[in-house]
Amino acid sequence: MSGVINALTACRDWIDTRFPLTKQWNEHVAEYYAPKNFNFWYFFGSLALLVLIIQLVTGIWLTMNYKPAADLAFASVEYIMRDVEWGWWIRYLHSTGASAFFVVVYLHMYRALLYGSYKRPRELLWIFGMLIYFTLMAEAFFGYLLPWGQMSFWGAQVIISLFGAIPFIGDDLALLIRGDFVVSDVTLNRFFSLHVIALPLILCALVGAHILALHEVGSNNPDGVEIKQNKNAAGVPVDGIAFHPYYTVKDIVGAVVFLIIFCSVVFFAPEMGGYFLEHANFVPADPLKTPEHIAPVWYFTPFYAILRAVPDKLGGIIAMGAATMAFMALPWIDRSSVKSIRYRGWKHKTALAGFTVSFLILGYLGIQVATPTYTWAARFLSIIYFAFFLLLPCYSTRGAGPVITVYRWLVRGLFWFIAVLAVAMAASDGDVVSNYFAAAILLLVVGMEYSKFYLTDRDKPVPARVR
Amino acid sequence: MKRLLQFFVFLLMLNAALVTWAVGDGRHMQHFEVDLSNKQSLQRGVRTFVNYCLGCHSAAYMRYNRIATDLGITEDVLKENLMFGTDKPGETMTIALQKREAEVYFGVGPPDLSVTARSRGADWLYSYLMTFYYDPGRPTGANNLIFKDTGMPHVLWELQGWQRPVYEEYTAEDGTVSQVVSHLELQTPPASKPVAYADETYEQTVADLVNFMVYMGEPIRLKRHKIGMWVIAYLLVFLLIVYLLKREYWKDVH
Repeated sequence: MSGVINALTACRDWIDTRFPLTKQWNEHVAEYYAPKNFNFWYFFGSLALLVLIIQLVTGIWLTMNYKPAADLAFASVEYIMRDVEWGWWIRYLHSTGASAFFVVVYLHMYRALLYGSYKRPRELLWIFGMLIYFTLMAEAFFGYLLPWGQMSFWGAQVIISLFGAIPFIGDDLALLIRGDFVVSDVTLNRFFSLHVIALPLILCALVGAHILALHEVGSNNPDGVEIKQNKNAAGVPVDGIAFHPYYTVKDIVGAVVFLIIFCSVVFFAPEMGGYFLEHANFVPADPLKTPEHIAPVWYFTPFYAILRAVPDKLGGIIAMGAATMAFMALPWIDRSSVKSIRYRGWKHKTALAGFTVSFLILGYLGIQVATPTYTWAARFLSIIYFAFFLLLPCYSTRGAGPVITVYRWLVRGLFWFIAVLAVAMAASDGDVVSNYFAAAILLLVVGMEYSKFYLTDRDKPVPARVR
Repeated sequence: MKRLLQFFVFLLMLNAALVTWAVGDGRHMQHFEVDLSNKQSLQRGVRTFVNYCLGCHSAAYMRYNRIATDLGITEDVLKENLMFGTDKPGETMTIALQKREAEVYFGVGPPDLSVTARSRGADWLYSYLMTFYYDPGRPTGANNLIFKDTGMPHVLWELQGWQRPVYEEYTAEDGTVSQVVSHLELQTPPASKPVAYADETYEQTVADLVNFMVYMGEPIRLKRHKIGMWVIAYLLVFLLIVYLLKREYWKDVH
């Protein structure tokens, strides 16, 4: 026995003199200290990594049997579902994994909103995370074309046409993305290439950068304690515990709970009632037949609802772009000295709650066929969605410099402008529903005046241990 | 944590409320309870499928011998009763009818039926097959309540006979009164059913056919749930072990 151990030790030493194996292991795992007060919300980082691995491995096996050609793609997916040994399982893992990725990433991002994890010194960590999110959206969009069903085809058609609405370069840009004047075999081929090579490479590189940045600044936590500021004589953070074994064993528990939920979907409801695999996508792509109702997959629907809420197409695209990009600005527009929601004032809690509810309901509205009621609901909720980002500098800034004063007046002006616009629109279309929603928007803006929402929020005193 | 759970329960309830709300329309849609555990039903279903559907519709992703294996049919029985062309058991269920010709005959090419149960759903298929009715205004003499002016003739007429629509007055919101179909009524029962179908009702024939088409849409569905049970059972045991491991390690963290 000791002979085997000696041989293994010698092997490790041989590697260590040539490659920093033990050094890296210690730096990133065994001697990486994480705060000991992580709660439920802190499982989703490691779960995202787990889903990434599931997607990469199942993706490799799917690629072995999939044919990226317009006249073969649909049949090759059915071939995987029927004739490839365990092909159905690999495909369901991948299709469920796509949705699971967004579930996990949305919860991971929401954790950052709750506990202010994007704040100094974690700005770059947050930016890398946002770039991962954008890459993931592109990856999901390209991947969705590959089964070459009706929804694949028409979903891609609609989203690419959005780029066509950009002034001056739009048409050429759409042409460049498609590689053809319509979505065709050429488009399928390039989307396949981007989906299986280009974006996974970028994704893995960004995940590496995200983890490196995390290990440089250390993890935030529900209380907002900076554990690296309080170290003992040995240089070990007092409020920290080694990632391995403590968080490895804890994250495995999280991973198994996740897998139970994940496998329940894979084995018992892989279509998830048409939300993970849309029913219309079991009809092969037909360029001559537009489906009655084109809806993007659920993870894009909040932004799709915002797009449809704006009456002008280009305006809608700008609003949709702003809705996704706004997160990037969070580290700089949140001026509060407090990180965690636990010590934030009522204004921030209200704004965040409004944002949460609007995001969820917008997601629901984006799946539905747009009726006047739904469109007005989406308008009302879009205002609340953007209010979260626009109001954040107003109430989180202490003191009253000239810049913030001007900014506050600008935001107030903007909201009043929107309220007047809504009332004018409702008055001109003469619909009862639009009157209700315009009144609700007006009430919202008046309410923000009445509650002095634009002025500095009163955060709670932060305990000494957090500072 | 407790508040979080309450929140998720709220979301689930909200979702359930919205779903019931969303499926409220479609007056003639009937619910069909899929039953894949009944092998005999699936066997009767494939018989109806090859006898009545496979002439015009292909099932180009489904192999004959996969059906035989999954439904417990021997190769001899398969060749004798379910295969009428020159196909071999390992081949998929293709047809001789060309799409171009079919478009001339019916106006549209009959779609491949391999995954139709997944795109349309069992309720739709069942309701569609139940609601053909006599309409002299149509080239095929048949219309349908679920798929208005369908190009498909009432292929199963010799099993069902002919139904006629019963109309009722419908007053729209703006006060205009129109005639709409309230329900269908069997007018001409089948004169003589084929021997094989003599002692089963039309509802049962359609139910068997829809069961089979649901199976055909996703053959692994017969086994998927069973495998899933084992996977979840394994994970639950594993969860207990990793939880105990975590508790052991975390004993000294305060």
